[in-house]
Amino acid sequence: MPPSIALRGVSKVYRPPKKPPYLAIDRVDLEVDEGRFVSVVGPSGCGKSTILSLVAGLIPATIGTITIRDDPVRAVRTDVGFLFQRDALLPWRTVRENVSLALRFCGLGRREIADRVDPWLVRVGLAPFADNFPHELSGGMRKRTQLAQSLVVDPSVLLMDEPFSALDVQTRNLMENDLLELWGASGKTVLFITHDLEEAIALSDELVVMTAGPGRIKARYPVRLPRPRNVSEVRFAPGFASLYERAWSDLRDEVLRSYERSLRSAS
Amino acid sequence: MSATATLGVERVPLARREWFVRTLQLGVILFFIAAWEGLGRAGLLDPFYYSRPSLFAPRIAEWFAPGSTAGDIWLDIRVTMTETVLGFLIGTLLGLIVGYAFARNRLLGLAFDPLLSMFNAIPRLVLAPVFILAFGIDLASKVALGVTLVFFIVFFATFAAVRDVDQTLVDNVRILGARRRDVTFEVLLPAAFSAIVASLRTSAGFAFAGAVVAEYIGSNAGLGRRIATAEAFFDSTGVFGGIVLIALLALLLDSLLQFVEGRSSRWKPRRER
Repeated sequence: MPPSIALRGVSKVYRPPKKPPYLAIDRVDLEVDEGRFVSVVGPSGCGKSTILSLVAGLIPATIGTITIRDDPVRAVRTDVGFLFQRDALLPWRTVRENVSLALRFCGLGRREIADRVDPWLVRVGLAPFADNFPHELSGGMRKRTQLAQSLVVDPSVLLMDEPFSALDVQTRNLMENDLLELWGASGKTVLFITHDLEEAIALSDELVVMTAGPGRIKARYPVRLPRPRNVSEVRFAPGFASLYERAWSDLRDEVLRSYERSLRSAS
Repeated sequence: MSATATLGVERVPLARREWFVRTLQLGVILFFIAAWEGLGRAGLLDPFYYSRPSLFAPRIAEWFAPGSTAGDIWLDIRVTMTETVLGFLIGTLLGLIVGYAFARNRLLGLAFDPLLSMFNAIPRLVLAPVFILAFGIDLASKVALGVTLVFFIVFFATFAAVRDVDQTLVDNVRILGARRRDVTFEVLLPAAFSAIVASLRTSAGFAFAGAVVAEYIGSNAGLGRRIATAEAFFDSTGVFGGIVLIALLALLLDSLLQFVEGRSSRWKPRRER
């Protein structure tokens, strides 16, 4: 069986207008097997989000190849789900209309759309808010809507770019548990980007630590904690602390380096 | 004075009491009218130039009376309103199309930028004589002036809205399967409409002003014409009658648009409306 997601020798150079070009990620090799939950952690500016944009086909790689189930990524992939860090819901569409978007784009009729959207609204607990606009919802509810919006077409791959970083801690833990529950039996591959090591360990099967920019893969750790997990309890599970310590010793140097660099560029 | 007294019933500030504010507003208007009337009667404000409410109010009533000798007021209102609506619609449509095209095509936008900036720098009202020479004294010249005023407001609003549209929204719908056409109709145009609705009251106001000014300069019907005629007879009461009527119509138009704006902004957070 081919890997669900594979990056081979992928580098990305950005050329911003009127600024020198810079290398965002440098020769990244990463394979994610079908159905695995893999988290990528790294300091800010290490190019973690770039990896997701490349996999989704939103931007082209400068060199290297990216494949999803052996199918090379050449244009925007509509067979993946993408959860953005920022609000990506259309503000002028209601919750129901937002969740229906993907089905409308592939030309389904009203009846079929309702048949597939309604169960999702119930599953993420938004049925009573189906006709509300995004601005009328809390941050957590908007995230749930986005989750339903991405999952309604049942993609085999879910790409998540620091999706919960803007939420308060309690809401965040609830969302993380909901995510694990939704993912649990689905067999979907998840590539999860975060700067929060604890979140990464609590959710994943595997942890990838990146260097400060230009981003390279520094270390990979399997996470052998039993499932099903509860994110607010799993940090007390045996093995969590030692893994956290080892990964943090890798990450700390990179965070410091990234911080020093930001000080230098600020002065 | 005990602590409980200060913690007692909280006083609602006067500015928050609706009936009080309304009464105050009405009072200010009545005071203004009374002062005008009083100064006129006392001879401090020469009614020959400045008229008086007690002179122009009956004049307006007379205009609306059947068989008025001053011509059909409803015809004038209809003419001015037709010009306003046409100027507004055509200007909005052109502004939307050009603004959208320029925002989507960088080269096109850059090529036309200096020329458009130049046109926008012209005080539009000086174009009125040009339009009257070119399009005649009927409807077309009034609409043309309104169009030049409305066009730039809508053009700039659309251009900025489409250019600055949140890339996350575009990326998200593309991953959800949107084709080019879907991106246009689901993301870019709604963003543009939102900006147009926000500038609706300004642009409609300009269309109205353009129509009246062009009528004043050269026409044979409309509220601007009515003012110009009164002026020709040194009839300041007729001039003020026309001005007050125009102000009332503008107020009516504005509250209508406020309603439209409210209805179409239901999706916006209250502070952004």
